[in-house]
Amino acid sequence: MNAITTSKPLEPRDAKKDQSQIKQKEMIAGNFQELTDAHKQGKKVSYTFVPGNLNELVMCFDMVGNYPEINALQNGMRKKTGAYIMEAERQGHSEDVCTYVKSDLGMVKKGNIGPTGQPLPEPDLLLLSYTGCFTFMKWFELLRHEYKCETAMLHVPYQADGKITDNMRNYVVNQLKQDVIPKLEKISGVKFDIDRLREYLRESAKAEENLVWVLQSAKHKPSPIDAYFGAIYYVGPIFSAFRGTRDATEYYRLLRKEIQERIDQGLGPVTPDGVMKEEKYRLVTEGPPNYTHMYEFWKMFYEDGAVNVASTYTKVGGTYDFGFRHDPEHPLESLANYCLSCYTNLSLPERVKMLVTYINEYQADGLLINSIKSCNSFSAGQLLMMREVEKQTGKPAAFVETDLVDPRYFSAANVKNRLESYFQMIDQKRHAA
Amino acid sequence: MAISDQIIDRCQNLYEDLNFTNAREWKAAVPGRKVIGFMPIYVAREMIHAAGMLPFGIFGGGDQLEVIQGDAYYQSYICRIPRSTIELELTKRLDFIDGMLFPSTCDVIRNLSGMFQMIRPGIYTRYFDVPQNYMDNVGGDYYVMELQELREGLEKLGGIKITDDDLRNAIALYNDNRQLVNKLYDLRAAQPWKIPATEAYLLERAGMLLPVEEHSQMLIDYMAAITAGDRPRRDNCRVVLSGMFCEQPPLNLIKSIELAGCYIVNDDFMLVNRWLTKAVPVDGDPIRSLATTFLHHSVKTSATFEPNEDEKGQYLVEAVRRSSAEGVIFAAPSFCDPALLERPMLMDALNGANIPYIAFKYAENTGQMQPIREQAGTFADSIKLWGV
Ligand code: SF4
Ligand code: SF4
Repeated sequence: MNAITTSKPLEPRDAKKDQSQIKQKEMIAGNFQELTDAHKQGKKVSYTFVPGNLNELVMCFDMVGNYPEINALQNGMRKKTGAYIMEAERQGHSEDVCTYVKSDLGMVKKGNIGPTGQPLPEPDLLLLSYTGCFTFMKWFELLRHEYKCETAMLHVPYQADGKITDNMRNYVVNQLKQDVIPKLEKISGVKFDIDRLREYLRESAKAEENLVWVLQSAKHKPSPIDAYFGAIYYVGPIFSAFRGTRDATEYYRLLRKEIQERIDQGLGPVTPDGVMKEEKYRLVTEGPPNYTHMYEFWKMFYEDGAVNVASTYTKVGGTYDFGFRHDPEHPLESLANYCLSCYTNLSLPERVKMLVTYINEYQADGLLINSIKSCNSFSAGQLLMMREVEKQTGKPAAFVETDLVDPRYFSAANVKNRLESYFQMIDQKRHAA
Repeated sequence: MAISDQIIDRCQNLYEDLNFTNAREWKAAVPGRKVIGFMPIYVAREMIHAAGMLPFGIFGGGDQLEVIQGDAYYQSYICRIPRSTIELELTKRLDFIDGMLFPSTCDVIRNLSGMFQMIRPGIYTRYFDVPQNYMDNVGGDYYVMELQELREGLEKLGGIKITDDDLRNAIALYNDNRQLVNKLYDLRAAQPWKIPATEAYLLERAGMLLPVEEHSQMLIDYMAAITAGDRPRRDNCRVVLSGMFCEQPPLNLIKSIELAGCYIVNDDFMLVNRWLTKAVPVDGDPIRSLATTFLHHSVKTSATFEPNEDEKGQYLVEAVRRSSAEGVIFAAPSFCDPALLERPMLMDALNGANIPYIAFKYAENTGQMQPIREQAGTFADSIKLWGV
């Protein structure tokens, strides 16, 4: 799975760029430059995953973070992943397994040139935040096999019963103290300073506050944002190398201001073809998007007046809208709670509960599931989730199947047909009511 | 009928009975008895036994179950075992089960734990999340608490107390059982013509369905009968099977590999039977003993994290050496992330040790054996002719 941040794609054709967009672009360009220059400048590089990432902690050691999931999705948007996946399959990787992994391994085999065309540095540390996805573990074993570098495993137990127990939290904190932090110290040569961590966490909480405000702005009618396709950009900085930075705080401050203006003007979301005119359908969306045909996919929604008012994908890097904030007073416990509460680390009944809450609170017309071939973590059980949500809300649901970054699994005609029938179904429900 | 044949006959009946009559009868024999289902790969069955309950391995529906409803629960790109397990549940074949443990094998089994919470809300369901950190005061402490929570859950379910002595007694029984299963493997590796792979498989599978005491006796009787007799020896090559630790192959598939000229001298079937590679101490704190043994003496599989790159894949090389095998057959269920993601790393380890291999995929309901037989046959020939 995972989120996001793009330096290029899908900019509204008829709009001047918002300040927040300009800011995000600069941040991302800066991050890729920093990665390219890292080793020249004597900096160490850590690779890690979006869910359960420990960005604030990594920054305490002056290390630069690289996010293979983000590289994969960025490459997907730039239509590079098809070739990378084929390369990995040629190298012996099964056609059945997650295409994020194969896209990354294919990119490595072809010289590890990142999505922006700049070379990516080899990792000094693979920080395996094992949160919400089994594949993560094998992915980094495979990368370690390639680079023969150090790995730090952070095993985050699964919230199977819908709650975080003391044992789970203590386990994560103990791993941080006894394994992860010592490794970070060893590799970076920098001593851990908990006050520095507190500073970053304080910054994170500020950004998180504004992010939640932005996501919840979709409760307005019309919604000023698309909380799936659009929000993928919004969560980018906080899901990746920027959480805990002043830049992220500033980005979310600007974004909030801009969304407030849209609300004041009664405007709908910005799409790649400009402002969406009429809001006809409000949807809650479960599952990652397809990145290789994102524009085409999104267009199928906004052309028909469908806006996504809440999505679960934008919670894979943290479920902030249910109250969690990084807490400088309890730094390590707070990092543990963060990891434990990422969306794919939640049980299926909890995921259902979240979807039902969204449908009710955002006054949605129904649920759309985009089921991703790559992703057992998200996809296994979604058909039952769909039925449960329908049962509990009385609202119709629809199911489409695509893949994240494998262009072979995007059938535009099928998806469009499904969506159109779904919109008709919503119309019929409305008339019947 | 020879004693060994009688035993295998019994195992085959147990294996084919998808109404699980034996477990139902075990439960009905004494009022208040409880049966706890578990899925692959590993759970601490000692705790279930200590609670006076029957640990009952659920390994899918095999090729005998027609999956009708289960398919409506899964997309086509997800393996078969969860859908046949759902089918077993929806067709009331699991209605005698009082609890279910879902181990942390992969995301499919993990999510199935939540599905069971929704489909069978009344029963005890637990996700058995074993540590991937192997430090005693980190993963060990966590696992001790996990086991303690399991203990409390079962106590509540049964209205009983699990004493340390109950647990020690169960530990001793499972120590014995593991030793017997290992002996069976050693015997087969030494004289594979005497113990066909299908027989070893059925014996292991019986261990998923019977009380441990009965299973241990069965192993003793079988091995005594086998050692006493002889069977014709064939000019087969010797292979290790890898990848079949969760979704089960049809029995015919195992048979086909042997018929194609490969003696299976080691495998990863039902690893729960052999998970701990050392006896768990029966003195001291039994929960701590279980945890410590788990941390430091577990078999390695694709579902676990290997902290040491130099060790990656070596478990398979060692399995080949230990059993004097000449090659490896990778057979993984379609869409099985753990097995398929691990495979390239295992292949590299085999390349480094000059061990030949072939690879294919299967499903629990694979019907066409011809391609597999041909592939395995060619592999056997190449090993025999050229030692490749
Ligand atoms: S399986 Fe899903 S969550 Fe895991 S890496 Fe692949 S897409 Fe991401
Ligand atoms: S067969 Fe593989 S993917 Fe399927 S449930 Fe078992 S371990 Fe998971």
